[in-house]
Amino acid sequence: MIPVTYYIIFSAVLFSLGTLGVLIRRNSLVIFMSIELMLNAANLSFVAFSRIHESFSGQIFVFFIMAVAAAEVAVGLALIVTIYRSRHTIDIDGMSSLKG
Amino acid sequence: MLFSETTSSGQFFGLVPWIVFAPIIGLLINIFAPYLVRWLNQTFKTELVWSETATGLVASLAAGATFVIATLQLISLGQHHEGAIIPVAEWIHVGPLALDWNFRVDSLSTTMMLVVSGVGTLIHIYAIGYMHEDVRFKNDVGRYNRFFVFLNLFIAAMMILVSGDSYLMLFVGWEGVGLASFLLIGFWYDMDTLGRPSWANSNAAKKAFITNRVGDFGFLIAGFLIFSYMGSFQFDTVFAAAPELAHAHPEILLLITVFMLIGVAGKSAQIPLYVWLPDAMAGPTPVSALIHAATMVTAGVYLVTRSAPIFSLSHDAQYIVATVGAVTALFAATIAVGQYDIKKVLAYSTISQLGFMVAAVGMGAYVAGMFHLVTHAFFKALLFLSAGSVILGLERGHHHLAHGHHADHAEVFDPGDMRNMGGLRKQMPVTFWVYMIGTLALAGIFPFAGFWSKDEILLDASRHFPHVYWILTAAAFLTAFYMGRQVWMVFFGEARHEAAAHAQESPLIVTIPLMILAALSALGGFMNLPFAGFHNFAHWLEHTLGEIEVLGLDFAVAGISTLLALVASAFSWFLYLRKPLTSGQPDPLKKPLGLLFVGMENKWFIDEAYQHFILNAYANLSKFLAQTIDWDFWHEWFHNSVIAKNFVGLTRFLADPVDLGVVDNLSKVLADWVQETSQTLREMQTGYVRHYALSVLVGVVAILGYLLLVSR
Repeated sequence: MIPVTYYIIFSAVLFSLGTLGVLIRRNSLVIFMSIELMLNAANLSFVAFSRIHESFSGQIFVFFIMAVAAAEVAVGLALIVTIYRSRHTIDIDGMSSLKG
Repeated sequence: MLFSETTSSGQFFGLVPWIVFAPIIGLLINIFAPYLVRWLNQTFKTELVWSETATGLVASLAAGATFVIATLQLISLGQHHEGAIIPVAEWIHVGPLALDWNFRVDSLSTTMMLVVSGVGTLIHIYAIGYMHEDVRFKNDVGRYNRFFVFLNLFIAAMMILVSGDSYLMLFVGWEGVGLASFLLIGFWYDMDTLGRPSWANSNAAKKAFITNRVGDFGFLIAGFLIFSYMGSFQFDTVFAAAPELAHAHPEILLLITVFMLIGVAGKSAQIPLYVWLPDAMAGPTPVSALIHAATMVTAGVYLVTRSAPIFSLSHDAQYIVATVGAVTALFAATIAVGQYDIKKVLAYSTISQLGFMVAAVGMGAYVAGMFHLVTHAFFKALLFLSAGSVILGLERGHHHLAHGHHADHAEVFDPGDMRNMGGLRKQMPVTFWVYMIGTLALAGIFPFAGFWSKDEILLDASRHFPHVYWILTAAAFLTAFYMGRQVWMVFFGEARHEAAAHAQESPLIVTIPLMILAALSALGGFMNLPFAGFHNFAHWLEHTLGEIEVLGLDFAVAGISTLLALVASAFSWFLYLRKPLTSGQPDPLKKPLGLLFVGMENKWFIDEAYQHFILNAYANLSKFLAQTIDWDFWHEWFHNSVIAKNFVGLTRFLADPVDLGVVDNLSKVLADWVQETSQTLREMQTGYVRHYALSVLVGVVAILGYLLLVSR
């Protein structure tokens, strides 16, 4: 059986990649995908811990997170569509009208 | 209660409150009847009139009713000498003070009630005729009505004064008669004796009222002292407490009597407050007769007699009162000699006679004082009313001239000036004869009323206060002289003015009261003859005043006064009638007396002296207080310079350095700092989503780091 440490490390790598993606990329859609990556990294840790502790609560968490992520994507994509209609771009750096 | 007892023993005491209610009902009828009549006329289309006759009748009936009630009291007192106290209403109940509206019936108050209501009724009847004849009447029925309302008001107030059972109730009446006096002196407030526009009469009214205020102040102080030292206003309680006070604090007792004397001097026209009475002659003649000769001015004498238990306790008080009265008697008599106005002579004579009464009650000769009060009420009312009749006669004569062939009406004719009269005995016989009776009574000729009463005063003075006796004897000599002078000037000799030559006798409604008063003046003395068994009045008053020293007839005193009166009359005949005065001739006394007569003629310049020393000084004081103290000191200096200026300075200081400098700068510094800081902080808001995301990450890492590493 593969030790749990591997899962954790893998999850951390995925999370870090997702974080970097959010911070670095300018395309909103890519940022969204990076967020999904972060969420799924968290899901992976949950599932791994669930297996170790032989408890289903971690897996239940994962289902919830997936549902929330789906909803989040729906809202986020709707926002992006609306922004695109008014600005004809989805470049995240163009959306800085709230700067001080 | 009010109607209650007319029991088998004939007690009418319960009726005594009606002595006040009757005139009040009379005056209410006279006030409201004209409105009622007008309302009836408008509603039922009738043509009723509330006429002069109705007014006069109602007022006279009201006054007559008081006389009937007073007579009933007299009948009851005949059987129950101790009198009665009739409670009517609770009045003031505060702390230890329990004062009720009680009427007191005893021989003293009943004497006053009889005089006031009797003389008052006669004068009401006389006034019906007189006021109609007055040149100023001019068919103004409303004013005629008002006159009788005031007269009834006076009767009501005077009845409260004489029948009250406490000093405070007496004071209510005292002020009430003062008010009635003010209203009646100023009755023709907007015109002079001839109906020309003038404020002289209202000024005279004000003078009377204000001078009386000074006296009332004395009365009030006396009342306060009585209450604070004896604990009551009620007569019997006060008199019971008086001997103890006389023993413990004789000086307080003297103070009470002296302040009371100031009140007496105001109301009864004694030195130094007599000056209002001669001016009060501005009122219609019935008023002069009723209020300023017969009744109201004797209130002071009544007050001293009522307070006899207090005055008798202090010899000093008696000495002061007797001396003030005697000096007033002589002083006023000297002025009366130099007057030309028929009513002014009588006015000063009244002051002089009031001096006799005050001297008498001051000496403790209460019976003599009250006796003189009663007889004086008769003969002085008679003289004033006759003088009114003379004035009316002259006005009629003048009227006759104006409408006759004499066209020059421009001259100012004063119907009261004795220099315009002369020889009136032929034109006005009734008036002449009643005037003679009044004169003989006043001059003290045997056997008229004034002889008996004045003689009693002189006799008492000769026994107890010799200096008072000498002063009063001199005053009595002058009395006979000025009355002789007046009679010779008015009724004898030749007419000095055509109006006097055409004067006409007055109608019966005027002369009948005169005849009744003349009978009383002639016979009034017989109620108290100085012979054993005839001291009726003295024994009558004894029921109230206690044991009284009864003096017989002293032939020396009576002889001297009669002789002096006759000499004075003869002397006045020698001066004024031996060679009758002619028109425009100066007074025969002027030459021999010189400056002395100028003094008498001008009332010894007392009015001028008061004007100069008191009124002007007072005006100067007020001016000083107003200009210097109030305006210059308070307004200009204290208010403007001290308060306003300093306040302005303080506010400037607070506004400029404090508010602008400190407070404003403080907030400015704060605001600047906030602005600078926020300027710095706003740079953090880049608007790039990744920056916010990064800061969230950093925050999460920091918090988790703290939780994992530090707080472990």
